[in-house]
Amino acid sequence: MAPAAHGARDVAIVAFGQSDHRRSTDELSEVELLMPVLHEVLAATGLKTGDIGFTCSGSSDYLAGRAFSFTMALDGVGAWPPISESHVEMDGAWALYEAWVKLQTGECDTALVYSYGKSSPGSVRDVLTRQLDPYYVAPLWPDSVALAALQARALIDAGDTDEPALAGVAARSRTAARTNPHAQLRGSVPHGDYVVRPLRTGDCPPVGDGAAAVVLAAGERARELCERPAWIRGIDHRIEAHSLGVRDLTDSASTRLAAERAGAFERPVDTAELHAPFTSQEVVLRKALRLDERVTVNPSGGALAANPVMAAGLIRLGEAAARIHRGASERALAHATSGPCLQQNLVAVLEGDPR
Amino acid sequence: MTEVLSAPLVVEFPFTRSLGPVQSAFLTGLRERTVLGVRTGDGKVLVPPVEYDPATAEELRDLVEVAPTGTVTTWAWNHEPRCGQPLDTPFAWVLVRLDGADTALLHALDAPGPDSVRTGLRVRVRWAAERTGAITDIACFEPYEGEVTEPQAAPHEGEFAGEAVTGIVAHARLDYTYSPGRAQSQYIHALSGRKVVGERCPSCRKVYVPPRGACPTCGVATTEQVEVGPRGTVTTFCIVNIKAKNLDIEVPYVYAHIALDGADLALHARIAGIPYDQVRMGLRVEPVWDDSSKDSRYPDHYRPTGEPDADYDTYKELI
Amino acid sequence: MSGVAASTRVAKEPVAVVGIGQTKHVAARRDVSIAGLVREAAQRALLDAELTWADIDAVVIGKAPDFFEGVMMPELYLADALGAVGKPMLRVHTAGSVGGSTALVAANLVAGRVHGTVLTLAFEKQSESNAMWGLSLPVPFQQPLLAGAGGFFAPHIRAYMRRTGAPDTIGSLVAYKDRRNALKNPYAHLHEHDITLEKVQSAPMLWDPVRYSETCPSSDGACAMVLTDRAGAARAPRPPAWMHGGAMRSEPTMFAGKDFVSPRAGKDCAADVYRQAGVTDPRREIDAVEMYVPFSWYEPMWLENLGFAAEGEGWKLTESGVTELDGDLPVNMSGGVLSTNPIGASGMIRFAEAALQVRGQAGAHQVPGARRALGHAYGGGSQFFAMWLVGSEPPTT
Repeated sequence: MAPAAHGARDVAIVAFGQSDHRRSTDELSEVELLMPVLHEVLAATGLKTGDIGFTCSGSSDYLAGRAFSFTMALDGVGAWPPISESHVEMDGAWALYEAWVKLQTGECDTALVYSYGKSSPGSVRDVLTRQLDPYYVAPLWPDSVALAALQARALIDAGDTDEPALAGVAARSRTAARTNPHAQLRGSVPHGDYVVRPLRTGDCPPVGDGAAAVVLAAGERARELCERPAWIRGIDHRIEAHSLGVRDLTDSASTRLAAERAGAFERPVDTAELHAPFTSQEVVLRKALRLDERVTVNPSGGALAANPVMAAGLIRLGEAAARIHRGASERALAHATSGPCLQQNLVAVLEGDPR
Repeated sequence: MTEVLSAPLVVEFPFTRSLGPVQSAFLTGLRERTVLGVRTGDGKVLVPPVEYDPATAEELRDLVEVAPTGTVTTWAWNHEPRCGQPLDTPFAWVLVRLDGADTALLHALDAPGPDSVRTGLRVRVRWAAERTGAITDIACFEPYEGEVTEPQAAPHEGEFAGEAVTGIVAHARLDYTYSPGRAQSQYIHALSGRKVVGERCPSCRKVYVPPRGACPTCGVATTEQVEVGPRGTVTTFCIVNIKAKNLDIEVPYVYAHIALDGADLALHARIAGIPYDQVRMGLRVEPVWDDSSKDSRYPDHYRPTGEPDADYDTYKELI
Repeated sequence: MSGVAASTRVAKEPVAVVGIGQTKHVAARRDVSIAGLVREAAQRALLDAELTWADIDAVVIGKAPDFFEGVMMPELYLADALGAVGKPMLRVHTAGSVGGSTALVAANLVAGRVHGTVLTLAFEKQSESNAMWGLSLPVPFQQPLLAGAGGFFAPHIRAYMRRTGAPDTIGSLVAYKDRRNALKNPYAHLHEHDITLEKVQSAPMLWDPVRYSETCPSSDGACAMVLTDRAGAARAPRPPAWMHGGAMRSEPTMFAGKDFVSPRAGKDCAADVYRQAGVTDPRREIDAVEMYVPFSWYEPMWLENLGFAAEGEGWKLTESGVTELDGDLPVNMSGGVLSTNPIGASGMIRFAEAALQVRGQAGAHQVPGARRALGHAYGGGSQFFAMWLVGSEPPTT
């Protein structure tokens, strides 16, 4: 067990907010989409921008179609007087990680983390092809559904799942999302036709826009700001080789390693929020994380119910924390992913104070 | 509420990619109908060949030749090919382990339908008729019934007849629909009525032009509409002496920051109607709209009003 | 479960720079891939530290907009080349300040005792596209950029000249100095062996008051550093540079009351760094400064913003030769951004130069006996700032 991933300082998620996730938000600029969510988490903690020790965000220029797109989002924060602030060109889950590291240095006691993504302006399937090896793969424009379908077929061939089981993951997720007022897809959603076989529309995440924000606080400060803080007992992330052809697509070694480092296997969790945009990826993650039927997986509906790219990972951490905040979970695992076919993965273990 | 604007945004560029030695040899080989791989320190053969070992990070340089035939390790049926993909008829995406290789290559497989594809299917490279030294020199794979050739992975110098391919041009086009959101849409609508309408922050009372939906110092939404200008003061400027590629403006010209009367920060515009070398800080100006251009939402330029110059102290906070 | 500890602040782990590597910066590195470029800098940093890939616990990488190379989140593809497989990898993007911010994120991993030894790297391969294209994608409804790259900066420079009454030759003195310094730096992009002050001053005026000779080039390049903890520093084969302070500050892009000439975020960032390092008189206590000067006039502007001169007095330091390599407060010993500008790496090159100086490893551009040096980066609309102060001795607190 690595003490590093547990941190010398106890840090908790003390507030979480998210937008309603929708197919498109033409009437809102990114800052207009984001600002209400920032106000929500600040109001929940009674903090003002000036009280926050460190701010970190995650977003993507390629998703927005504009260079330096994150600079305008900063308008929603009210960064005056100037603030200690940073940005990752990654899902907001990694912005949370950077903020957690900052809190580990002891330089501050609170942090604001946010991320947003508007997938509606472009074709996210095509945009994500620009993530791939620029010499051998990107020139073929293999879209994100195609790559996930290659992974799904490998799982089916390996006997890890079949199409009805995948349909079951989809149905369970959208049913769970009935109680999630922010979700984009809720209730009964037809499994639909093949998009790229073996994946059907129901196996794929909805395309949509959304934003999320989290407040972190250390030690006693967390207790002051939140009745039941969601303590980050461990957090770690790992990346693996880029090329699909050198990886075992039926497994996620990086998820397992991150989970080990985060202490996920020390004791069972009751809840897991997994960032699995495709049904088949939940199969991989359950295996890597050794989750059995006793664990409630994606009670929010997960990324199959709302998948604002660049925010969907942070939302997993927020949803897991929110369940601890309201006493619905004692020990929860949250996971975020990035890159083709789960190339990079982050795992956090959250706990409430014993009751 | 005003109608929200949207318009196409095309992000397109022919990126010029230099390759380095390993990728250069691989793509030159494809041009010559030869598939190269690279051997790692522990003897594995990686195809396509990468420059650095994914497992150990060691630099890889030992090229080997592998067969143009191989086995499908996984596949996915793509019944609706998308722009830029290898085939424009339905095809299977495949990972193929070529004979002699230990890893798989991603490409397309031309097959009659999903029922004719399976993991384990034997395939071979179908070469493009015209080859330039690119991954698309492999047009696709096709099913292959022939003999399994004994995998050899024979060492290869990476040298071929003709000039080596040292770079590729990667054309990339992405199409977006851009919507500037509520505040900017209202601002742009007002411009078409030749009014410059900013928004006032409910907290600090500053007037933002153009409005961007939030007061950036207070972090709250701006909503109260305030018409500003039309006149204003040049707070600072530069004289542009180089012609911009996409602009039809004769040089030299003056590019200025102008604080419109009633606005709490300056916007940027061109100054004309005065010799460029007579423009000065504090000059009072007004907008000139171009009647001939329908698409132009913004004033064509600003020109002197003839008023006395503003005193430095009246605008120094707006620079 | 162990009880939640009180919010006690443990002292930070001291952070040491034990390896530095960069590429020879040029207009176009046509002999390497993007991976090959970053690898070269990383390998040199490892070589300097006498470490192997296995010794690295995590990788923190930074670069400016992804559109420059046309690869979205290129760190995914670069994981293999940087030995990151099986390790944590973070990607920072804070506009022009990113090279500095990236180093600070890596430093926090060590300071917070999350990792022992971290590789940090920043790069730009601008020859893959065209920087002006990447910076000015034609966003609908917005007024086209009327003035090109320099046109953004030139009005602020004019405002500085008006505010301070600085003579209009100051910018050319900076360019002449930085280009001569670059001649002593084998990694610098521009090596103008026949440079004279007359040539600088007779160069075409592009964006009056900015001459061609006072602008930065567009470069392909990468810079890497190995950061480690006290134990790692003890094993280092060469003297480490110790981090005495580091900070980031941001303010909005445009706002009522913004001071583009001397942004408050820059002042606050410097003040935070000096507080951490116990510096009360930066002009006397700091031996060398490597700052982000993309247009020559930003040297006097930053000298004031960073507290090395009183407001309105920065140009006097430049004019009197104080910022020359053999002056009392050498500035941009490496030749600066004016001589080398792979945008995403430019901030890290500043941080690395500060570290080279206090390690005594700066070669022909070494400031003799430099004990404390400041590295500075900024970006966006003069809104994002990242700085660190490094010293030849470990921090005392």
